[in-house]
Amino acid sequence: MSTATIPRPTKPWGLSFRQSIPDLVGAVATLLISFAIVGYSPLKGKLGFVATLLIVSIFVSAMISGVRRDRKAALNSISTVMIYVAGLFVILPLVSILYEIGRRGITGLSWGIFTTDMAVTSSDAPLDEGGLLHAVVGTLYIVLIATVFSVPIGILTSLYLTEIKGRAAGTIRFFVQAMSGIPSIVAGLFIYAVWMIALGNQYSAFAGAMALAILMIPTVARTSEEVLKLIPSDLREAGLALGGTQWRTVAMIILPAAQSGLITAVILGIARVAGETAPLLLTMGGADALNLNPFNGNSSAIPFYVWKNFSLGTENAVARAWTGVLVLMLIVLFFFSLTRFLANRKGRV
Amino acid sequence: MSSIQGVEKMTQDNPVHSLASVAAANSKAEQQKRIPGTGIEARKIHAWFGDKHVIDDVSIDFYPGTVTALIGPSGCGKSTFIRILNRMHEFIPTAAMAGEVLLEGKDIYEPGTDVTKIRLGIGMVFQKPNPFPSMTIKENVLSGLRLAQLKVSNQEELLESCLVRSGLWSEVKDRLNEYGGALSGGQQQRLCIARSLAVNPQVLLMDEPCSALDPGSTLRIEETIRELSSSMTIIIVTHNMQQAARVSDRTGFFLSDGGPGRLIECSSTTEIFSTPKDKRTEDYVTGRFG
Amino acid sequence: MRGFGINFTTRSPSRNHLSAHFILGNSSITHVSTAAPTLPPKRVITTKPRFSDKVFRAVVTTGGFSSLVILGLISLFLLYNGLNVFKSEGLKFITGFDWIVPQPDAGVPAQYGIGAMLWGTIVIGLIALFFGFPISVGAALFLSYYAPEWLKKPMVLVIDVMAAIPSIVFGLWGYFILMPHAEYWAKIIHKYLGFIPIFDMPAPVFTRSPFIAGLVLAIMIIPIITSITREIFAQTPLDRIQAAYALGATKWSMIKAVVIPYGRGGVIGGAMLGLGRAIGETVAVYTVLNIVFDIRIEVLLSAGGSVASMIVNKFGEANPDELKALMASGFVLFLVTLLINFLANFIINRTARES
Repeated sequence: MSTATIPRPTKPWGLSFRQSIPDLVGAVATLLISFAIVGYSPLKGKLGFVATLLIVSIFVSAMISGVRRDRKAALNSISTVMIYVAGLFVILPLVSILYEIGRRGITGLSWGIFTTDMAVTSSDAPLDEGGLLHAVVGTLYIVLIATVFSVPIGILTSLYLTEIKGRAAGTIRFFVQAMSGIPSIVAGLFIYAVWMIALGNQYSAFAGAMALAILMIPTVARTSEEVLKLIPSDLREAGLALGGTQWRTVAMIILPAAQSGLITAVILGIARVAGETAPLLLTMGGADALNLNPFNGNSSAIPFYVWKNFSLGTENAVARAWTGVLVLMLIVLFFFSLTRFLANRKGRV
Repeated sequence: MSSIQGVEKMTQDNPVHSLASVAAANSKAEQQKRIPGTGIEARKIHAWFGDKHVIDDVSIDFYPGTVTALIGPSGCGKSTFIRILNRMHEFIPTAAMAGEVLLEGKDIYEPGTDVTKIRLGIGMVFQKPNPFPSMTIKENVLSGLRLAQLKVSNQEELLESCLVRSGLWSEVKDRLNEYGGALSGGQQQRLCIARSLAVNPQVLLMDEPCSALDPGSTLRIEETIRELSSSMTIIIVTHNMQQAARVSDRTGFFLSDGGPGRLIECSSTTEIFSTPKDKRTEDYVTGRFG
Repeated sequence: MRGFGINFTTRSPSRNHLSAHFILGNSSITHVSTAAPTLPPKRVITTKPRFSDKVFRAVVTTGGFSSLVILGLISLFLLYNGLNVFKSEGLKFITGFDWIVPQPDAGVPAQYGIGAMLWGTIVIGLIALFFGFPISVGAALFLSYYAPEWLKKPMVLVIDVMAAIPSIVFGLWGYFILMPHAEYWAKIIHKYLGFIPIFDMPAPVFTRSPFIAGLVLAIMIIPIITSITREIFAQTPLDRIQAAYALGATKWSMIKAVVIPYGRGGVIGGAMLGLGRAIGETVAVYTVLNIVFDIRIEVLLSAGGSVASMIVNKFGEANPDELKALMASGFVLFLVTLLINFLANFIINRTARES
């Protein structure tokens, strides 16, 4: 008895080879049938083949499950295939976009483009002339200024909704929701109407930043609110039961506990606005020259740069547009990864 | 065999009357005279949520240096009652109350009272252990000081003494800089107890502190409670009658008949479990309902 | 004042004082009080918040109200600037199809009507939802219940990155890469399903159509809807799911029985939020859509427009008069998106209450 051996762990719920045979047969059959259909019908090309493959595999797997077990299982198989396809469809566009950006943008990429602007170069000139320095600086300016304005307001709003819970909370929540639906062009029109028509200012990076801030606030506020709501209320109660004032409880316990989530809220806000084009078209003017003053004067930003080149439409201009897109994506991805890295390092929830 | 294990054995051997003998084995002298002006006293407490009357005229005097258990079926207002004792009840928007709570002779609901100060004197341990996730063990214990901006000359000493008193020191003394979330449930709860002790409260409220824990942790926490009771007033809400019998000197029995919760009877634990005055109390402690 | 300090007005003593009037036979004994005690009045609970807390509350409240203020200002300014146009055009602003810039010398009066653009906005929004919603929900289900562990994190990353991709990138990608493919599909749909009116074509021009714009928008709103839906699904109570399995459900029947009913309101709300985003999208639509002021139901045809893209189209060369019309258009767009958001929230709240 003392030498009883422990049995080897097995997974009896997995499929044995025998049991998997019908699935393998089904897979092969699907391929064959799809080839046949594509060969004999007007559907052509990779997309046509993939679409056919899909539909056929739905049928085949449904049939296998239906025969093997019952109708419920057949439905299950159909849905499984479709859901896997949906998952695939979500990944495909991104893969395509990233690939194309890399492929088309790389031709215009060189160190030189980060040190020159388009002040003296025409968009149609060869790609080794000119650059997008003015656009990069502009983008960094507007993102920074927009963040400075929108993050405090957004987090304060979410604190109002979760900590103070005043009588106006429901109304404010509703308005924040409404604000998140503002089309970017409307934000641009508003800043144009206020800053430039009513107050008589010129195009500037600051104006663009204000428009972006309007778009950023609701994202930051709503995400922060969701994050703060997730903090269990007994943390708050424990802090208060220990004799803490409200603001200390918030500052020392709740905000740190929500840290990574709040950082995510800010990232989402930045991601939302970094590439916005429409409001900038109305407020920044689209300069070709570098403008180091964010508060005055025609300015550009990367999306604007891309827009101008795309609108021109010539081969070199389009290439420049793609390069601009590549740079923009690199910046966005950089911010994205940076804040993720920070969030994982600092707080734990 | 420790006294608690002895009690456990007695309970197993002799189900019906054992609660009484358990209580007898653990009771302090109820002749302990109440020192006027200390301890905490609830007078004619009523509570409402909106229009719903949930606590009806409860008065209890909690003697210092004792452990008082509040027992009764779920939903009769025990948790609400202790939240009235440290002014946490008012966080619920529809809450209302009537009556007085006297801490050292002064009503804590007196207009103009500094609530945060009151809560320093009355600590609370919650049902689900809730160490602050963004703080290490050391930071958790000392968090009360930071929250209330209390200056203490020797923080290390306070840290060690709180952890010793809550029975956690030997298990965590080498990992004070780890995060609180890494501990087991029972250890987390003892951490929360240590945290409450750091601000030196006179009263400690415990809302079913062991209901989310395994029996081993439960017993250890009960030991802690017994040890702590010599230096403060402890009020513990519990569903577990055996726990009440093991741990408390006095017991209050709450009951609601569908309406507001009422205090049916409150006296020494021995009496409640062996010679209760009210038939409803007797029915509850002998297990006929609840 | 709510929250931290509660002030209740003292209520009058409740009317619980019982007096019983006994009527025995012909005589009556009045006023026998029973022993029922009077309930005491509720106490006024006050607290003296520390100064730091008062400051805290003031600061937070100001921040909280700012969104209201901003929204109010936006409505105000757009309305103010567009008022003249509304007054002169009246309801025709919304229903009219003509957009004629005034030429006072040639005697051509102004005529501004965004009806065609509104129609286009709705159409491409619906196309976007038609393609985007099923894929999003499917992907969310995939991530929640089908994907192997090693795939979940990368895929969530993919979706988050997609949400970060700027709309102008979608515009360029849509124009240069998607459009040729979509053209091909449009041709096929027209060939085989052309008998259905919306797929009919008066002229075989397939580029830059609402269909393609809808496709691009669908891809743009997928990350949003997927993320929201995934979060909703994650909240499905595990014990209900396990109960379904314990009763012998397949994965799909479990999803149908537990996950979808539980999350229905939230998912629909998420879809409407995606729709709102699609409707307000400017640049991506602008690049792949040929702006023509006409209402058509043939979605495959290269003609259409949305209010947002129209505004951008006309802004560059607008004189002050036309600018006012653009402001008015912006105001209308603003109202439409507000309406959709309001509806989305209403649905979410109503289903939340029912569940």
